[in-house]
Amino acid sequence: MIRSEILRDIAPILNPHLVVCNIGLPSQELHMIDDNERNFYMLGTMGLSSSIGFGLAMAQDKTVISIDGDGSVLTNLGTLPTIANNVADNFILLIIDNGSYGSTGDQPTYAGKKTKLENVATACGCENVVVCQDVDTGKTLQAAIDSKKMTIIVSKCDSGNIKLPVITMDPVVIRDRFMKAVAS
Amino acid sequence: MSISKKIVDDFVANDVSFITTVPCKQLAGVIEEVDARPEIHHVPSNKEDEGMGLCAGAFMGGKRPAIIMQNTAIGVTLNTLATLTQFYRMPLPMLISYRGELREPVACQVEMAVHTKALLNQFLIPTYHFHKESDADELDAILKYTFMANKPVAILTDASFWGGYGDQ
Repeated sequence: MIRSEILRDIAPILNPHLVVCNIGLPSQELHMIDDNERNFYMLGTMGLSSSIGFGLAMAQDKTVISIDGDGSVLTNLGTLPTIANNVADNFILLIIDNGSYGSTGDQPTYAGKKTKLENVATACGCENVVVCQDVDTGKTLQAAIDSKKMTIIVSKCDSGNIKLPVITMDPVVIRDRFMKAVAS
Repeated sequence: MSISKKIVDDFVANDVSFITTVPCKQLAGVIEEVDARPEIHHVPSNKEDEGMGLCAGAFMGGKRPAIIMQNTAIGVTLNTLATLTQFYRMPLPMLISYRGELREPVACQVEMAVHTKALLNQFLIPTYHFHKESDADELDAILKYTFMANKPVAILTDASFWGGYGDQ
């Protein structure tokens, strides 16, 4: 499975929850599959999906799922110790690990070579780190939500993209409707 | 009252309840005070752009955030300031130690100090410079301005403001 197939597969599981979605194709794909006010689309700022979602989780009680990529996590590895040392049990970091920088043309990442993000997360002190295959992402995510324990999921999948347009929604509109959903 | 306590009192009075910090010798007293206050959720960051991401999330979660950092980090936060904090119109008070100004003992600090105000100006970030202790009397108004305007706002605090570097 490629990332867009995983997102289509898990969209019903994501739907009731607050989702912070990574820059580029992941946000475009989620926007196409199930646009709703509980989705926060990143239009820039590669690497910060994990940090934004984690800040949101620490600030309120609803479940927050940050959808990140292996390349973006590598960009902001320093946030994993922050996450590990300030546990928020309403936070799930879902790393869709296709071993490539999808939005920029599928250049390989080091996560697709020797570097194992699950080992990095564990070494940083994260306590519930789960590795799954693409087809099992939905049930792994649902189990993490049900556990009410902060969980890092590394979902291994194939590299590849579908063609779709950029998100043209104004960022302030994305942010405002998201904040209303958070507060509701 | 110590200046660190006064600064944190102003944060608390303005309902700032989530603060992320990256260490600095000059800001050590403020960071210690932030950590001691039950009204504030203090989360140290490993890098300032990460901290701005945490602040963006905390803001969307209903908290008023702030970041405490050194001016040497302005360079690594520019993309985040432009594409996250400013693009989505979020407020962010940035209490910044202004290294590389008068009384600075480390030459390398000057290299970012000479760019600090120019970069903040280029990014249209309202900037206040605390040089004397009484300059901090404006902090309350600056915080109110920040959350009124929904913008990042920089508060540069130099060595003279903090009383020098001590024995170094």
